[in-house]
Amino acid sequence: MSRASYALFPALSLVKPSDVIAEAPPAAERRAKLLARGIRKVFRRGRNDVHVLEEVDLDIREGEFMVVVGPSGCGKTTLLNIIAGFEKPTTGEVRIDSGLVDGPDKRRIVVFQEHGVFPWLTVEANIGFGLADLSPDERKSRIAHYVKLVGLEGFEHAYPHEVSGGMKQRVEMARALAVRPDMLFLDEPFGALDFITRHVMRGELLRIWNAEKKTVLFITHDIEESVQLADRIVVMTSRPATIRCVIENDLPRPRDLSSRRYLEMRDKVLRELGLAKEV
Amino acid sequence: MKPATSHRDRVTTFAAPAAVGALLVALWHVSVAYSGTRVFPSPAAVGAAVAELLRKGLLIPYTFDSLGRVMAGYGAAIAAGVPLGLIMGWHVGAASALNPVIQLLRPISPLAWMPVAVVLLGVGNAPAILLIGLGAFFPIVVAAMNAVASVREVHLRVARNFGLPPVKVLLHVMMPASLPQLLVGLRLALGIAWLVVVAAEMLAIDSGLGYLVVDSRNAGKRYDLVVAAMVSIGLIGFTLDIAMRFLARATAGRWSKAV
Amino acid sequence: MSGGVRGASAGSIESLSRHARPFAGLIGLTAAWQLAISVSDQSLLPGPAAALAAIVEMTSDGDLVRHTIASLFRVAWGYIGAAILAIPLGLVLGWYSKAERAAGPILQILRPISPLAWIPIAILWVGVGDLSAIFIIFLSVLWPLTTSAVEAAQSIPLKFVRAGRNFGLSRRALLFTVIYPAALPQLVLGLRLSLGIAWLVVVAAEMIAVGSGLGFFIIDARNAGNRYDQVVAGMLLIGLIGVVLDAAMRRLERSRALAWSYNRLSEVPKKAAAAANGRRGEAP
Repeated sequence: MSRASYALFPALSLVKPSDVIAEAPPAAERRAKLLARGIRKVFRRGRNDVHVLEEVDLDIREGEFMVVVGPSGCGKTTLLNIIAGFEKPTTGEVRIDSGLVDGPDKRRIVVFQEHGVFPWLTVEANIGFGLADLSPDERKSRIAHYVKLVGLEGFEHAYPHEVSGGMKQRVEMARALAVRPDMLFLDEPFGALDFITRHVMRGELLRIWNAEKKTVLFITHDIEESVQLADRIVVMTSRPATIRCVIENDLPRPRDLSSRRYLEMRDKVLRELGLAKEV
Repeated sequence: MKPATSHRDRVTTFAAPAAVGALLVALWHVSVAYSGTRVFPSPAAVGAAVAELLRKGLLIPYTFDSLGRVMAGYGAAIAAGVPLGLIMGWHVGAASALNPVIQLLRPISPLAWMPVAVVLLGVGNAPAILLIGLGAFFPIVVAAMNAVASVREVHLRVARNFGLPPVKVLLHVMMPASLPQLLVGLRLALGIAWLVVVAAEMLAIDSGLGYLVVDSRNAGKRYDLVVAAMVSIGLIGFTLDIAMRFLARATAGRWSKAV
Repeated sequence: MSGGVRGASAGSIESLSRHARPFAGLIGLTAAWQLAISVSDQSLLPGPAAALAAIVEMTSDGDLVRHTIASLFRVAWGYIGAAILAIPLGLVLGWYSKAERAAGPILQILRPISPLAWIPIAILWVGVGDLSAIFIIFLSVLWPLTTSAVEAAQSIPLKFVRAGRNFGLSRRALLFTVIYPAALPQLVLGLRLSLGIAWLVVVAAEMIAVGSGLGFFIIDARNAGNRYDQVVAGMLLIGLIGVVLDAAMRRLERSRALAWSYNRLSEVPKKAAAAANGRRGEAP
């Protein structure tokens, strides 16, 4: 529902926004949830130091869907690891809600590309992994809720090796969401899936995001993916990586993949990455 | 189509080795007959010897003696080796400190420990069990270390992400993840333990299958009994290995393709 | 500015302790050994100092060289002989699954028979002496190396073979230019492990059936005069030589020609431990 429709039919404003595919409040109004300043990362290997990240500054706003896009091996994952607290930056700092990040935290869950789910636990047990401190009843109901949300009803007792790649990623998402984190970090979560499954999963992710309204940082090398998903697209250079630019993506949701504006946005990202438009 | 294939598979799995076995036995029989040896037993003589051992009530008790010692030494090696290996795999500092010690002691044949073992523990079962424990200990430590190394970093990161304290990471993630590889190592170590017990019995004990091998020769050049004992040793070792494979497959079924 | 900036002094202290750690373990072992000897009231077993003195004595006597060479000699012959048989046999068995299904179980039944249990048979066939010891070592290497070669052949990725066939290689060319190199890393691993086994067995075989070598030296030192300092000295030497043999084989494993498979087969755990420790800021 566009703003134009609201103007023409005021009665529509009685419809609650959450019933509609929501539009996020204007970007500038949202406060910054995560601040990364001066992030540098050097891997010391004796003779050949590897400079992975060079002077990265990043803001992520509350409730936004931010996508970092860049060539493979450019350091996006390293940046994610630093932001998530798995690695320490060589210099620089990361603050979330003004608190310094100095380690991994249950409030900021990472969804990995592959092998994130535990193969020795059922779908159910995986989703309940972080819920040990809830009462058994609460745990059960929360697991059921998220099983439903990600569309895995009927598979609660299946083992990861018995379900498809896309379903494994749903399990991981459910597991991440079940602990009600503040932020979700997704490290190329669909990278191991085929094109069609990826397409479907993107839609699912957005549906789930709308239901949960988390602040999301999403890493990918797939340009189309970044344009389809992001509120803001952060384009990174190759190693040593810095942020080349941040593109505001104000395409209305749901996003029409054949619209001219979509193609323009995509071409813009291509240009920023220095890629040719013809093959 | 399917039933026919699986039937054929079953035939080949059992019939083919049986055929090869029969062929080898035939070759054995022929070569004994051809060479006219008086001492080396023919297959038939070995069969008779096995029957004799059963009749005399030696085979079963000796087998259990050997198995008992194996289980004692193997159990001790697991109790000591698995935790140590897990720690060494987990903690890089412990690994770099203890690894040289392990590497130095590992090539020393368990049998070479015999004199020391006898001084420390006297004669009888105790030194044999120590030897078996030593023999199994090092492969178990190495297997546990490798099992920990084979745990995917992703799993550990997930565990830390969900705020699990180190102890819980160890128990709830590290251990289940390393179990399949650990079981492979434990199976190999059992095989080694079985080799050592026979050797230990040959050196210093007065019962068991290894003792039977030496005693049969020394007490009267009864090579038919020697080979009968060897065949028993082989079959029991084979059975132990199959049992461990079965155990590994049963517990690790879920990991099958995923890990 | 917070974060992971390390001062120069902190870095060098950490690297110093990292280098010192391997020695720390050995020193700790020696200290514990000395302590155990001092505390116990038996007089037979030597402490580290006495064992070291015995090693020196062995060197000056010429015992060290003599026995070591005897043991190595037997290992060499038995090991090489077994390798010549086991590798082709294992590769063939691994390649032709029908053959493996037929012969495999026989292998699995013969394998658990301790090589030492073959000693009476060996003595019967070839008499007491070097040949029977070599035969024992031959057997001890044969089974595991064959099994290893079988596994090596079985684990060759099919795509390599298909690529070879695609390029029209004859069977013989395929064997030499694709199958053998592809199986080589795992074969070398099997060779290293079998060498370790051979070294273990030669000592045991010498304790039972021969008149020279480090295994014999140990038994003889005990029997001829309760020279437990020599017993322990012998044990230490056996350990040292075993380490050297193993290290030499590992070097081979790590050579550039085989390095492509190193990560798959290596033994050293580092990555998982580092992640588990929460070592941040370290190279992945």
